[in-house]
Amino acid sequence: MDKRRWGAVMIGIILALTVLGYFYTPYDPNEVRIAQRFAPPSLRYPFGTDHFGRDVLSRILVGGGVSLVIGLAAVTLGAACGVTLGLLAGFRGGLGDELFMRISTALQAFPSILWALLLASVWEPGIPVLICSITIGNIPNFLRVTRSQVLSIRKRPYVEAARALGLSDLRIMVRHIVPNLLDALMVQFTVSLAGAILVEASLSYLGIGLQPPYPSWGRILREAQPHAALAPWLVLVPGLFIAITVIGFNLLGDNWIFGREEALIKRIQ
Amino acid sequence: MQRYLLQKAGGFVLTALLVSVLTFFIVQVLPGDPARLMLGTEGSPESYARLREEMNLDRPALERYVRWAADFFRGRLGNSWRYSLPVRELLASAFPLSLSLAFLAVGVALLAAIPAGMFMAVRPGSYLAQFTSIVTQIGLGLPQFWVGLLLIQLFAVSLGLLPPGGNNGAASLVLPTLTLALPRAAILSRFMRVGMASALQTDYVRTARAKGLPQSTVFFKHALRNGSLAVLTVAGLQFSQLLAGTIVVEQVFGLPGVGQLLLAGVFQRDLPLVQAATMVVVLLILLFDLAFDLCLGLLDPRIRYE
Repeated sequence: MDKRRWGAVMIGIILALTVLGYFYTPYDPNEVRIAQRFAPPSLRYPFGTDHFGRDVLSRILVGGGVSLVIGLAAVTLGAACGVTLGLLAGFRGGLGDELFMRISTALQAFPSILWALLLASVWEPGIPVLICSITIGNIPNFLRVTRSQVLSIRKRPYVEAARALGLSDLRIMVRHIVPNLLDALMVQFTVSLAGAILVEASLSYLGIGLQPPYPSWGRILREAQPHAALAPWLVLVPGLFIAITVIGFNLLGDNWIFGREEALIKRIQ
Repeated sequence: MQRYLLQKAGGFVLTALLVSVLTFFIVQVLPGDPARLMLGTEGSPESYARLREEMNLDRPALERYVRWAADFFRGRLGNSWRYSLPVRELLASAFPLSLSLAFLAVGVALLAAIPAGMFMAVRPGSYLAQFTSIVTQIGLGLPQFWVGLLLIQLFAVSLGLLPPGGNNGAASLVLPTLTLALPRAAILSRFMRVGMASALQTDYVRTARAKGLPQSTVFFKHALRNGSLAVLTVAGLQFSQLLAGTIVVEQVFGLPGVGQLLLAGVFQRDLPLVQAATMVVVLLILLFDLAFDLCLGLLDPRIRYE
């Protein structure tokens, strides 16, 4: 099997479990049963229970949905902004292009985690902080991909032909340029999703992401750390789910990573 | 070279100014009333009035920005609100730890990645190369803090070889360094493989072989130089990203670095500290990138004329 198919299988499994978690969980993910705390994995609790006796499997099923929805929303927003700006910058060029690229460089100087810290210092930690910081972190990537593609596409004969026919800029952009961007953007989108899931998990682990009692994979790990020696399954299982999701998305977008490596190496050698 | 230098330095100044505007806007303008936010519900009317006075909140935002930026770029970073200490002192005590972590992590990653990548380039079909390639793919996808937690579980809890956290001597840096180095080694080894493989296909390597030079000379003297340029570039980028990227690992291992300082500032709504510390971190990233760009331009004249 090639890498992309492996990725598709992994993401398929995660998505199926997430959808399942939306409709059905073996137990109420937030129900506290102190008598059952730190139950090791068994038939009754396949992934054991945590320090409140909550069922880890149920929490993971529900938490996956939260992580995925936040990642999807943030990357979609980032892509919408980045692609729009990239189209304007690449198509028109000139002063606007210069300005957008400068702003994009400034945005890129902050790592996503730093955006989240800045926003969390003035807002309550929670979903808005997560979505905004991941969105801002993604805008420069999409802007750059779109711009570089537009720059190469707009010189092609069929675009010049469209212009000679007197079509408006907007029509040329939407009908003739955007369809050619989709391949590159899809790949960027998948890889960005992997990154977003990782950032969301890290932020929730740091305590500036989702707040209790909502479970997210990062939060489950944050709560598990003090009890790791006593209940290692609490640390093992949620991390495994994050890893499968991230590796899956990375594999799906694998061609892009290689493309980028080759481009860089060509530039240098 | 002069034009290249001016171009890069000009870009740096512009970006630094933009970054300062962004930081100021988020911390001072976005919340509406920063003094109310810092005091929360506990503040008395008097302390609220005092804080507003201290922060000059009655003045227009533009004036406050100019005043703050002028102070900041002259090295006056202000005082932390909760600790009542100069931010400069707090940063000076936290930075050595974070910097040495970043440095160690990239160093260890390079030491692991260069031989691994070279091997994959020379014997692409072998089982060991395929295995390494799978390991790198996995290394890219593991969350850092999870790797850290697992390493603690293995080396500190089960085997009792290393301390689980804290900052007591070199032994306590081993696990954090490994945690940070793993995904970076994965990325670097891929660049090493692609770089080396394409260097081995160049004409000058073929010529060197045709002259009858020993395989090892061709490999280490001719191909390695060009093949490792990309790896060094990426390692430089990784180092600059790590200036802010040690935060998660600092949290896992309880290391009092810049990340912990920033995080404490966020939770305690210490806005002056957050504002100044963020600016310092981002400026360092930009400065490092600038220095790195200039070095590359110096090493490789082609880059200057792009």
